[in-house]
Amino acid sequence: MKKLMKGNEAIAEAAVRGGCRAFFGYPITPQNEIPEYLSRRMPEVGGVFIQAESEVSAINMVYGAAGAGARAMTSSSSPGISLKQEGISYISGAELPCVIVNIVRAGPGLGGILPAQSDYFQSVKGGGHGDYHMLVFAPESVQEAVDLIYNAFDKADQYRSPVMILGDGMLGQIMEAVEIPPMKDPTTFPKKEWATDGTGVGEGRRIVNSLYIEPDVLEKVNQKLAATYAEMAANETAYEAYKTDDAEVVLTAYGTVARICKSAVNMLRAKGVKAGLLRPITLYPFPSDAIAKVAAEPQVKRFLTVELSMGQMVEDVRLAVNGAKPVDFYGRTGGCVMSPEDVMNVILEKEGK
Amino acid sequence: MEEKIIIAGFGGQGVLSLGQFIAYAAIADGKEVTWLPSYGPEMRGGTSNCSVVVSDEKVASPIIANPDYLIAMNKPSLYKFQNKVKTGGTIIVNSSLIADKVERDDIKVVYLDAGALALQAGNPKTANIVVLGAYIKLSGLFTQELVAKMIQEKFAAKPKVIPANLKALELGTHAV
Repeated sequence: MKKLMKGNEAIAEAAVRGGCRAFFGYPITPQNEIPEYLSRRMPEVGGVFIQAESEVSAINMVYGAAGAGARAMTSSSSPGISLKQEGISYISGAELPCVIVNIVRAGPGLGGILPAQSDYFQSVKGGGHGDYHMLVFAPESVQEAVDLIYNAFDKADQYRSPVMILGDGMLGQIMEAVEIPPMKDPTTFPKKEWATDGTGVGEGRRIVNSLYIEPDVLEKVNQKLAATYAEMAANETAYEAYKTDDAEVVLTAYGTVARICKSAVNMLRAKGVKAGLLRPITLYPFPSDAIAKVAAEPQVKRFLTVELSMGQMVEDVRLAVNGAKPVDFYGRTGGCVMSPEDVMNVILEKEGK
Repeated sequence: MEEKIIIAGFGGQGVLSLGQFIAYAAIADGKEVTWLPSYGPEMRGGTSNCSVVVSDEKVASPIIANPDYLIAMNKPSLYKFQNKVKTGGTIIVNSSLIADKVERDDIKVVYLDAGALALQAGNPKTANIVVLGAYIKLSGLFTQELVAKMIQEKFAAKPKVIPANLKALELGTHAV
């Protein structure tokens, strides 16, 4: 039975159903319904909810809980996620699994509370220090957000890496019908032989740490992380190709903006412009091969990357297209959101119509 | 079928919950829907609006440039959105608070004294439900029975307010 739910609340419930039993956060708009919901829900399932004294302590609580083997998460919005970057780097260095939700608001600085996609670089290029990445999922709808976070804890455990769900204020605030999946049984989760949970006495020490003072050892850690990212790229890269088969103009957009672009594609097609959309679902790993393949299609004339930023993902699109076709950019910022008509008009102008 | 509705007014007039009732009715009726609120730094007395898209198919853009319906609960909302309504569309004007007339002849305009009808229903806070009644009658998307059922379900924890809301729905439906 489908239920009408607000994005933030659906994300919170799906996290619980996916096995999350520890939440640490600090309030910030537009994601406050996530901690609000979990403050009631966690006690019901025997989980832990703590409103920390700051974002910095919240992410370090995630670090501690994850080190002890818990399925832990935090959520915040852009300025709060900036504060968590040090912790995310440490968690990556210590190879711990966790889930981080960023319901992006407009920046830089404290910026505004309205939707934006200006945290793309921070999310996919490693917002903290060091050579690390994480799986970054960019859902376009409440249902997709639910499905992605439901399995995000499994992915985090599998790769021993943080996983980020990157939404925006629209995704957090919108209400849509969703099917919430059943509760996963924590007793079926794989054992964490590395966790400092008091088990394994007499088997040798279990150490959770991100300090590797010997250069050779640290280089090996980096090589191991790189191998993990290569594995992620091979197994997890996800995208949706929407009406790209015969497309002459290819839009690229992610998250809620991709939905605006889908409407634009349909309006353009009604006007005789063969448009399509390639929507990355994983921003890291980025679906470069899929974009390169579309760029090689002879009928494709141009790309237009549409973002709620001054142009961030467009850099990865250009790397993937590699000069094969022109890649134009259209963006709005500050919390202003383009309409499908706006996107259509940009294309019509480029097409000289 | 795809219908785009913008509902706007002062914070506290129930514009967000009006939109939610349309969304709940859409789900109960097996349709697809998105409900997107404006969520700026708003407060009681400030302006507030939401965009609702009801469709037979999965909704792509929840952002509305040109609505089929505008429900304007106060004057600033009418002036903000009236020129965006698509040709052939409809504006429902809450004439209790808006004395102005809409100067467009390519759309349908319905003036509704929602405040007076809400008082008649027995609760001045039900003006939004009066307008909801008028909207469902004009759009023909949902039956009064279905929406009445939604009202009973959503106000189940506050049964005292149900009769006035049901009366408001009926008065709104019959007013247009």
